Amino acid sequence: MRKIWDFHGGIHPPENKDQSLGEPIAPAGIPRMLTLPVSQHIGAPAIPVVEPGDQVLKGQQIAKARGPVSVPVHAPTSGTVVAVEPRPVAHPSGLTALCVVIEPDGEDRWIEHAGLADYTAEDKAALLERIRDAGIAGMGGAGFPAAVKLAGRPGAEIDTLIINGTECEPYITADDILMRERADQIVAGTLILKHLIAPGHTLIGIEDNKPEAIAAVRRACQGHDIEVVQFPTKYPSGGEKQLIEILTGRQVPSGGLPADIGVVCQNLGTTVAIHRAIAHGEPLISRVTTVTGEAVDQPRNYDTLLGTPMAWLLERAGYRAADNNRLVMGGPMMGFTVTSADVPVVKTTNCVLAPTEAELPTPPPAQACIRCGMCAEACPASLLPQQLFWFAQGQEHEKLEQHNLFDCIECGACAYVCPSSIPLVQYYRAAKAEIVQLRQDHERANHSRDRFEARQARLEREAAEKEAKRAARKKAAEERAKKAAESGDAQEDPIQAAIERAKAKKAAQASAPAGDSRDKLEADVAATRKRLEKAEAKLAEAREADDANIAAYENAVQKTRDKLQNAEAALAAAPAPDAPAASSSGDAAQDAIARALAARYAAAELSPEEKARADLEKLEARLAKTRTKLEESRSAGEQDKVIEALESTVVRLEDKIATVRQSVGMPAEAEAKNQGQTTDPAALAIERAKARRAGTGKSSESPKEVLERNREALNKKLTTTRERLAEAREAGDDTVVAFEMAEAKLADKLARVERELAELEEA
Amino acid sequence: MALVRITSPHAQGQNRTASVMQSVLLATVPGVVVMTHFFGFGTLANILWGGLLALLFEACALKLRKRPLGFYLRDYSALVTSTLLCIALPPYAPWWLIVVGVGIAILLAKHLYGGLGYNPFNPAMVGYVVLLISFPVQMTAWAPPRGAGEVPGLLDAVQALFTPAAYDGVTMATPLDVLKQNNSLLIEDLWAANPQFGRWAGKGWEWVNMAFLAGGAWLLYKRIFTWHAPVAMLASLALMSALFYDGGSSASGGSPLFHLLSGATMFGAFFIVTDPVTSAVSLRGRLIYGALIGVLVYLIRVWGNYPDAIAFAVLIMNFAAPFIDHYTQPRTYGHSKPRDNSQGGES
Amino acid sequence: MEFLQQQPLLAALLALVGLGAVFGALLGFAAVRFRTEGNPIADQINDILPQTQCGQCGFPGCRPYAEAIADGEAINKCPPGGETTIQELADLLDVEAIPLDEEHGEEKVRAVAYIREDECIGCTKCIQACPVDAILGAAKQMHTVITSECTGCDLCVEPCPVDCIDMIPEQTTVQSWRWGLPRPSTVNADIIATDAPQGQAA
Repeated sequence: MRKIWDFHGGIHPPENKDQSLGEPIAPAGIPRMLTLPVSQHIGAPAIPVVEPGDQVLKGQQIAKARGPVSVPVHAPTSGTVVAVEPRPVAHPSGLTALCVVIEPDGEDRWIEHAGLADYTAEDKAALLERIRDAGIAGMGGAGFPAAVKLAGRPGAEIDTLIINGTECEPYITADDILMRERADQIVAGTLILKHLIAPGHTLIGIEDNKPEAIAAVRRACQGHDIEVVQFPTKYPSGGEKQLIEILTGRQVPSGGLPADIGVVCQNLGTTVAIHRAIAHGEPLISRVTTVTGEAVDQPRNYDTLLGTPMAWLLERAGYRAADNNRLVMGGPMMGFTVTSADVPVVKTTNCVLAPTEAELPTPPPAQACIRCGMCAEACPASLLPQQLFWFAQGQEHEKLEQHNLFDCIECGACAYVCPSSIPLVQYYRAAKAEIVQLRQDHERANHSRDRFEARQARLEREAAEKEAKRAARKKAAEERAKKAAESGDAQEDPIQAAIERAKAKKAAQASAPAGDSRDKLEADVAATRKRLEKAEAKLAEAREADDANIAAYENAVQKTRDKLQNAEAALAAAPAPDAPAASSSGDAAQDAIARALAARYAAAELSPEEKARADLEKLEARLAKTRTKLEESRSAGEQDKVIEALESTVVRLEDKIATVRQSVGMPAEAEAKNQGQTTDPAALAIERAKARRAGTGKSSESPKEVLERNREALNKKLTTTRERLAEAREAGDDTVVAFEMAEAKLADKLARVERELAELEEA
Repeated sequence: MALVRITSPHAQGQNRTASVMQSVLLATVPGVVVMTHFFGFGTLANILWGGLLALLFEACALKLRKRPLGFYLRDYSALVTSTLLCIALPPYAPWWLIVVGVGIAILLAKHLYGGLGYNPFNPAMVGYVVLLISFPVQMTAWAPPRGAGEVPGLLDAVQALFTPAAYDGVTMATPLDVLKQNNSLLIEDLWAANPQFGRWAGKGWEWVNMAFLAGGAWLLYKRIFTWHAPVAMLASLALMSALFYDGGSSASGGSPLFHLLSGATMFGAFFIVTDPVTSAVSLRGRLIYGALIGVLVYLIRVWGNYPDAIAFAVLIMNFAAPFIDHYTQPRTYGHSKPRDNSQGGES
Repeated sequence: MEFLQQQPLLAALLALVGLGAVFGALLGFAAVRFRTEGNPIADQINDILPQTQCGQCGFPGCRPYAEAIADGEAINKCPPGGETTIQELADLLDVEAIPLDEEHGEEKVRAVAYIREDECIGCTKCIQACPVDAILGAAKQMHTVITSECTGCDLCVEPCPVDCIDMIPEQTTVQSWRWGLPRPSTVNADIIATDAPQGQAA
């Protein structure tokens, strides 16, 4: 007989297990629709590998594992994938997550699969690969990938393998009935695990409130070196850490894994799944789920396909929705409530609990903590729940960590015994989440700081390099100048002289005031013309002399001519001293550049006040645009957050306008009214009406309507862009080019939409 | 019914603050009955008058603090405070004494600190000590027990309460008072000279203590509190009195049996020391807390200025409770030693 | 000895000077021996700031603001950090926590910049504005934001000539969802500090 240890604390809630044990396991059948979340386990969500419309067979992989700590998902029956999209999932938040939705065809056709006749001949790594590919994750509650757990850590010697048949939570009987009916499969699975881990001892731990299960498992274990250990019933002895203490007297170190003390613990259901995967090649596509509670007529256990909606199961069991006050996935101690019966059963769903109000009453409002200490007595982790509660209320995170908040297993024993009905577990969960969030934020902040500092350093380095280069150039120039001075007049080298002249000219040009660009261009033209004449003269000479260099001369002439043309064009494009708007000769880009240049000169000449006014105009344009965008997103029924963001932008812009206006000394109010709302009231009203219509009839929008809406939005955008472009041109902003491109792009898009619309109308 | 979102656990135990308080009230019944038998209806009158006042004060305080009345009044905590205080007060106390006592207990010791659960000191004992220091004459006027004098009737009790000037009751020193001013007599001589001593500890008092012990045992059985604090207190009190009992000389402090069964020993052990709000929380902490109270009770009784010492001992240890908690933290699962206390003190 | 006994004034003076010398030496030794090798305060402050580098505080980045705080600047000018940061700063500097200065903006949900790529014209203005180099792109090429590096400072929104950058608030997913503290209506937070709210529970 093995020595049984005890753990601190624990409680004895009413078991309520008999209700669902009256009947054997029944198949739940194939529901009308199966919804399979890609994340049914701890770790990275799987990646869908099917698309809507695909035909899938039973057991076919529909999502593949992402990274080492992840498992794939398989189709529980044959059928058609109808959607791969976010759907409500079994999660306390009630949020949606990515799911693969399958419409079963009712034929239940298997994909080709085969088991291993003799797994002992197989390599350990290959077996683990099989387990992983079968999508097996812990079926007890957390859903940790089984293969990862079994792979262990290098260097960790495992002396004890524990199969957890405790099932300490009230109401749940899935493991109990599995032991009664499928003890041979459990033993077969255990033998596989034994082969994989090669532990010194193999134990199956079962609470003493399941005598039938114990007898069945003992019978099946005969002839194998597996010890079935029975121990007193107490909640939460099924917790991995507690069970290990009960069976071995050892405690898993805080923050460590059972493997650290030579123990591996596996859930019963997982063991059966591993057996099926190895011996039959079947992936994890179904599980035994208890449906119980007083709001169902016939509580019992169902062999359920993963992805089956809870509602389907409840319907089988005779669910009376009117009597039900909350729907719990899992047991009454650690399960979570779901807000819709449509969420699917997943790998970790051991129980669907539909209690009546009388059975599990809504908790009364919490009273003050009277420090009675009952929670500390009940805590299986020997924490001080009342202190933790106190610190959680005050958000004293350091104290919480000092008091080992993270050793809390959230078993709910403290809240169960609390005479003041304080939702202690929620406090701990919230505090843990908050602390984790802060840690993450801190890490992120550190990361950002590093990047910021790296960038700062880079900018400084670049600036320094530039400076160094400039200094080097200057020095070289000086040296040259000195050399030139030294060699000075002595030399009469024409080449050198020409270079000197050219340099001097360039220097003169560079030093000339920027405003004289036109002069410069004119000088350019003149110089080039001169050169051309010279070149032509030379060419004529060469022709007369029938020189061999004719070709080269011709070439030179041609080039010079080109240059002259360019220079002339540039001169034409350059702003005439008294006509800022340049003529539109030359290509558009050249034009734009010229305009931008002109604008900049204009801006440079502007007084601060005029500049502010220009700024103001720009800002106002932007405000108008943001407003229209806001309207658009409102009418498009965008998410509140987006709208909020836009609204805040509007406010920000308005603020800025106000400040600029103040600086200019404009009367703020009256003009703000006039200028701020460039869109006229009628248009606004139309927009609003549109938004309303869109809001009401959005769901039933036809593609045509969508296109039309698109077109309108694009039109609007185009108009504003054009306005802004015009403004930018007027203001001579250097963003003109950008706007021109944006305009072209928008026009393109609009044309496309209109084409589509036309096609649609034709069709 | 709409499906609601609630955190786990969804099941809840039967234990409620109100039911705990009710049990405590119920457990005082044997003691009160025996007191009434020996000292007349004075205590009962006190309790009823005190209860009325307590509810009134509590309601006022809640109103001022803008809290819902019904929700908080139904937790019975005010009634428990006033009942415990009134049991400790001498029977046939004047009405105003109780008004002051209950007022201080509820308003000062409880609500000023934030109400139930936030008071660092036991409200009943704060009320008692303030009265004892402010009105020593009224607070030491105990009626003689049945057998040592006339036991006043119900009418006398009402008269004593509301027209104290007209009430001319007989008072008599308690055994603890006698022991305190023993005039250099041997214990045996004291015993012989004073009619109020009974077989072991004082006429009536032994039975009153036995009755409170019975009430306490019932509470233990009901698991309203753990045995640690009361047993530690009684044990250390017995140990102290045994250590310093020299067979009955004039300097002796009285036998262990005398200390266990006289004055407010049992009442204190099971109804005052066990107050969860103001005591240490961990089990080891409660052992220390109880034991130190026992030591203090003996010290004050024998060498201090006051004949009985439960109130002072409890209040002093209330101070120490957070400190004790700080040093008696349990070892968390998976940790090799109790958590590191070196960083930062208890807030 | 004899001499000192006859000159009590001198003796007292000597004794005092001697004591002063001894204790001075002791203190000097302690100052060297037990010097605390802590971060300078500005570093510690910088560790607390959220490092969005958004400049909403009026300083060019978190580090300068940290230095300013160390020199006595108010601790409530950091909207991205919000109340949490203010509280931490107050704890660190042992000063009163004050509410966020609304002048510098208000606490918002964390957001990430998103470039509407088909509208981007490749002007690189946002790249120059980004304090943490979280925008990728080259001139005339479409730009994009590396979401994992974006601090949500929104400094890139302003310079964009075509307004194609949106700040998208972070969405709560099943992975990032967390339990909140119980609502006060279900708990009677019965401490004096929270006495103000009315009609709690029952």
